[in-house]
Amino acid sequence: MLDVLKRVFGMSEKKSGAVAKERLQVVLIHDRASISPEIMEKIKEEIITVLSKYMNINRADMEIALENDSDSVALVANIPVNSMRHAR
Amino acid sequence: MSQILVITSGKGGVGKTTTTANIGVGLAMRGHKVALIDTDTGLRNLDLLLGLENRILYDLVDVTSGRVAYKKALVRHKKFENLYLLPTSQVKDKSAVNPEQLVTLCAEMKKEFDFIIIDCPAGIEQGFKTAIAAADTAIVVTMPEISAVRDADKIIGELGRADKENVKLIVNRIRPQMVEKGDMLDMGDIDEILSVACIGQVPDDENVVVATNRGEPVITMNGSTAGQAYKNIVARICGENVPFLKPQKEGFFARLKKLFGLL
Repeated sequence: MLDVLKRVFGMSEKKSGAVAKERLQVVLIHDRASISPEIMEKIKEEIITVLSKYMNINRADMEIALENDSDSVALVANIPVNSMRHAR
Repeated sequence: MSQILVITSGKGGVGKTTTTANIGVGLAMRGHKVALIDTDTGLRNLDLLLGLENRILYDLVDVTSGRVAYKKALVRHKKFENLYLLPTSQVKDKSAVNPEQLVTLCAEMKKEFDFIIIDCPAGIEQGFKTAIAAADTAIVVTMPEISAVRDADKIIGELGRADKENVKLIVNRIRPQMVEKGDMLDMGDIDEILSVACIGQVPDDENVVVATNRGEPVITMNGSTAGQAYKNIVARICGENVPFLKPQKEGFFARLKKLFGLL
């Protein structure tokens, strides 16, 4: 009976169109996040420029990468600090 | 001021060539002088859709390699006399034409034509790069289907990297009953995901197959819903503000009736 009511009012379990939309949104995060190595290098250089205003960082051991999770993408950076500059 | 459009999609089989043929015929029916260039070298089909397959003497590769002048290779349409096709080669491959050659050719053809429409091959390799090189507007054709939308997104990214600013979207083969039931991506979903200006929503229509069989694009068939959708696309390309066709909606009472029909 509940099924019949649901059908009358146009409600039921998640429709395949909505499933397609959700799957697309997730896969496109991953697709669009594929950045070329040149751009990645540029991002790295710019982060160094900004951070160097406040601290001395160890460039050689610095790591930066995009990491994919099941439904999100994160930019993960590991930047060793050698010393801090005096705050002004 | 003439325009150069490229019809592209990434994924094959979504209706690039059908769209090219219909927009071309539609613009010619409005009195514009139109040239269609098939760049799907090795997989030539635009000639078939226009019913011109028996009239081809020379092709795009003959022109870009300098063997003949482009005017010699153009095939004039039987019925629409200001519509011309520049077919491509069926024996060569995509590397036979490079982007610079197409840019040079289009610059020359621009002097003679109001619209030049380039039919792009599927994929994102050399053939795609050649096809988009000369265009000032790119029309991305997709379908309300997960893989076609993903590939459209990829193509939109590639067009951005190639500095093509003017990108429009056509959603082809929409099945209104499935959208109504919630079993197909709707226009709102696709707009939200791709966020590109939409200039066409074409319903899935059996008349397209009939039209292709005959070599007469569906835009020439009166009473066809896809034909009407293509006419509206052509109007929008010409700068007119045409509302989108409303699909027939199945409301509460229709559902109720169907239910009692089932019982």
